Amino acid sequence: MATNALNLPENEYLLPGNRACAGCSVGIVFRHLSKALEGKAIFVVPASCFTVLCGMYPTASVTVPVMNSVFPGTAACASGIAASLKKQGREDITVVAMAGDGGTADIGIQGLSGAAERNANVFFVCYDNEAYMNTGTQRSGLTPLGARTSTTPTLGKGQFPKDMPAIVEAHDVPYIATASPGYPGDLYDKVRKARAIFGTRYMHINAPCPAGWQFAPGQTVAMAKSAVETRAFILYEIENGKFRLTGRSLALAGKDKFPGISEFLRHQGRFSKLDEALAAQLQARVEERWRQAVARHIACEQQ
Amino acid sequence: MGQTRDCNEMTAMSWPCVGEAGRTGDWRTMRPVLDPEKCVASRKNKIVCMQCWMFCPDNVITRTAPPEINLEYCKGCGICAEVCPSDAIKMTPEQGKQAEPTVMEEASCDG
Amino acid sequence: MTVETKSAVVITGNKAAAEAARLARVEVVAAYPITPQSPVVEALAKYIETGDLDAEFITVESEHSAMGVCIGAATAGSRVFTASSANGLAYMCEQLSWVAGSRLPIVMGCANRAMSAPWSVLNDQQDSMSQRDQGWIQLFCRNNQEILDTFLQAFRIAEQVKLPVMVCYDGYILSHTVMPVEIPDQEEVDAYLPPYAAHTALDPAAPRNINPVTLADPRLNGEGVLCHGYMEFRYLMEQAHQEALDVIVKADEEFGARFGRRWGGLTWSYQLDDADTVLIAAGSLAGEATISADMLREEGVRAGVLGLRAYRPFPADSLAEQLKQAKRVIVFDKSLSYGYGGPICMDVRATLQRHKMATDVDGYIAGLGGRDIKARELAAATRESIAWAAKRHAPKPTGWINLQL
Repeated sequence: MATNALNLPENEYLLPGNRACAGCSVGIVFRHLSKALEGKAIFVVPASCFTVLCGMYPTASVTVPVMNSVFPGTAACASGIAASLKKQGREDITVVAMAGDGGTADIGIQGLSGAAERNANVFFVCYDNEAYMNTGTQRSGLTPLGARTSTTPTLGKGQFPKDMPAIVEAHDVPYIATASPGYPGDLYDKVRKARAIFGTRYMHINAPCPAGWQFAPGQTVAMAKSAVETRAFILYEIENGKFRLTGRSLALAGKDKFPGISEFLRHQGRFSKLDEALAAQLQARVEERWRQAVARHIACEQQ
Repeated sequence: MGQTRDCNEMTAMSWPCVGEAGRTGDWRTMRPVLDPEKCVASRKNKIVCMQCWMFCPDNVITRTAPPEINLEYCKGCGICAEVCPSDAIKMTPEQGKQAEPTVMEEASCDG
Repeated sequence: MTVETKSAVVITGNKAAAEAARLARVEVVAAYPITPQSPVVEALAKYIETGDLDAEFITVESEHSAMGVCIGAATAGSRVFTASSANGLAYMCEQLSWVAGSRLPIVMGCANRAMSAPWSVLNDQQDSMSQRDQGWIQLFCRNNQEILDTFLQAFRIAEQVKLPVMVCYDGYILSHTVMPVEIPDQEEVDAYLPPYAAHTALDPAAPRNINPVTLADPRLNGEGVLCHGYMEFRYLMEQAHQEALDVIVKADEEFGARFGRRWGGLTWSYQLDDADTVLIAAGSLAGEATISADMLREEGVRAGVLGLRAYRPFPADSLAEQLKQAKRVIVFDKSLSYGYGGPICMDVRATLQRHKMATDVDGYIAGLGGRDIKARELAAATRESIAWAAKRHAPKPTGWINLQL
C-alpha cells in the first residue's frame, strides 16, 4: 500500500524554529526524505536554501549529520564519504547529496556527471525551486521558459529548462525518480526504494518557492499539486531503465481532460506577464512531454 | 578571547537545537486557529486525516487528536489551513502585525 | 644510533611520492591526470588493483572533484591522498581553502609546473606559490629520497596540527628523474605514523552540521555556551601554523632517529657557518646552488646556501638566526609576484627588516617555464649582486637569470 498521512512514520529529523522562509517546500521535502531514511544518512549540502534551513553555527535545525560543501563539490564530496564508509564497513548509512537546481544542473553538473558515470554509491537529491533563490532569484538552467527572475527581470527567461532526470539517465544509473512535496507518500516510498539500491540514485523534486515564484506562503502545497495536475511536473520513476508513472500522475494517465498550464502559472507572480503565445508554447511542451511519458509507461508495462 | 573559547572547537560543527533561528513564531503575521468542531481528528478523537501534520514544513503540528500547533515556532505560513479538507484551520491576523505574506528574515548566505 | 643499511631502488620522484602514500596506508585516493603529476596516481592505481595497497581509488572527472572526494573521505574518517600540478592545482583552488578551514589533515603532492597561459608543462614554482595563502603547510623537496621521507613526515605533521600539507617537488627535474631511494620498512613506518583519527564526526548517532554559515561574532549554542565567530576560527588556524614550526622540526628529528635520515626540519644549510654571502632557494634549485657556493668559494667568496623546506609556515626566526653573520643574501625564486618580485625574496627581506638586520638582499627570478638553470649562472648572479653593492647605492632591481630577450 502506498504510504499516506496515516501510515507515515512519526519520527522527525527537522526541529521547529528553523531558518527557512515561511511556507518553504524544502521543509516538507526534508521531513519525508529523512523519515524514509530513518535518519541513517549523511547529508552533503552545497550553498543553497537547505544550507539556510540547516542553520548557522553553532546550532543546527536538523538531527542528521550534515556536511557543507563548496557549490560545485556536492557529488564529489558525497563520493568521498561513500568511499570512506565502504572502507570502514559502514555502508548501512545512506549518503545523500542534497542540492538545489543550480547546485545540480549548473555549477554542480560536472561533479554529478562524474559521480553518476562512476556509479558512486550516492543518493543525489535535487530540490528544484527553479532559480537561485538563496541569492535572490537569479535565473538558473532549470528556470522555466517565460519566468521572470532577477536576471531576466522584464522579458522572462528565453529558454526551456534542461531535462535533468534525462541527463542523469544518460549515465545509466540504477534508479531515477521525480517527486513532489504535494505528494509526500509518493516521495517517501521512492526514497525507501532508492535507499535499498546500490549505486548512484537520482531524485528530482519540484520545490515551489513562495518568495521566488511569487505566491502566498500558504499556497506551497496547492502549487505543488497544481504542477502535477496540469502535468507541468510528472511523477515517475526509472528503475534499471524501466519507466513507470507513479502516484497522481499514474492516476492522470487514464484521463483525457486536464487543466491547462495557465491554471498552474497564473497564481505565480513570476508569470504575471505571460502572453498567449508563450502560454501556447509552454502548453505544447507539456502535451509533448506527457505524450512521451505515457507512451513510455505503456511500452515498459508491456515488456 | 576568553569566553569565546568555551566551545573548544577548531572548526565549525553545529549541534542540533530547537529554535535554531530563534522564536520563529515572532515572524508570524497570521495565526492558525483550529476549530475542533470542524477538525475530523478532533471530532472522532482518533488519528485520522493528519494532512496538517503531514504538510507542515516546520514540524510544529503534532500527530495527535486534536492536532496541536506549536505557536512558539509556527511561522504562520498557512499551509495547514490550505490543506485541511474540513476547513477547520483559519488564519487570523496577529495583533499589531500587518497581515501580509511572511517574508524571510536574515536568511541569506553566499551561493 | 646505528641504522641497518637497506638496498636502495632507483625511482622517479613521482614513484617516490606514490611509495610514500602506500607506506602511509592511505585509504582513499582520488586524482585527475595532469602532466607531470600523472605517474604518481598511475602507480597508486596499480598498487590498489594488485592489492599492494588496500584503498579505494576514485577516478574523478576533475581536480576540483579530486579534492572534493578527499574532503568527504577525510571528514568521514579516512586517510586520503591526491596530487596535482599547475592548472589542476588552480582548479582545486576553492577546495584548498575549504580543506584548511575544515582543519582536515590532507596531504597532497604538487609536482611543480608553470602556470598557463601560454601552455607549458615544464617546471617552475608558480603553481604552489599562487596557493600560498590558502592555509596549507607547504614543504619543498630537493631530491627523490627527500620526497618519500617528506610525505611520511607530512602525514604526521598534518594529523598533529590539523592542517593540510602540500609536498612540493619540481616537475620533471625530480618528478621524472630517477635517483636511488631507500624504501623504509612498513613496520617502521607504521610505528612512526599512527592510524588516522578524524577530528570531525559524521555519525547519525551524534549528528553535527559541519562548516555551516558562521557569523562574524561569537554566538551562543543551545546550552548557552558562547561559540566562536568566523574570525576566531581563523585565529586558531594561524596558531596551528605557528605550532607547526615546532612540529615540523620534531617530525624530522623523530624521523631521523627511526630511519637514519634527517632533512633539516624547516630549513637546511650548506657551508653556512662562516658564510657572509648566502644563497637562498627552495626545492631542487637550492640543491643546484650548493654547486654555485663551491665555485664561489674557489674564487674566495665565502658563500653558503640556506635551503627552504618549509615555505608556510615561514621559518622567519630560524632564518634570522642563521643569517646573523651574513652580509649579503641572494634569493632565487622560481615564481614571481607580478608587480613586485620573487615571493621568497619578499619574505626574506621582511624577516631581516623585522629583526633589524641591515643585510643586503637581492632577488633573482630563475627557471620560469622550465628555463634551464646552471650552477655557474647562480654564481654569476651572486658576483653581479656583490659588484652592484660595491659601485652603486640604489637598490638593485630584481634580476632575471638566463633571460634571452
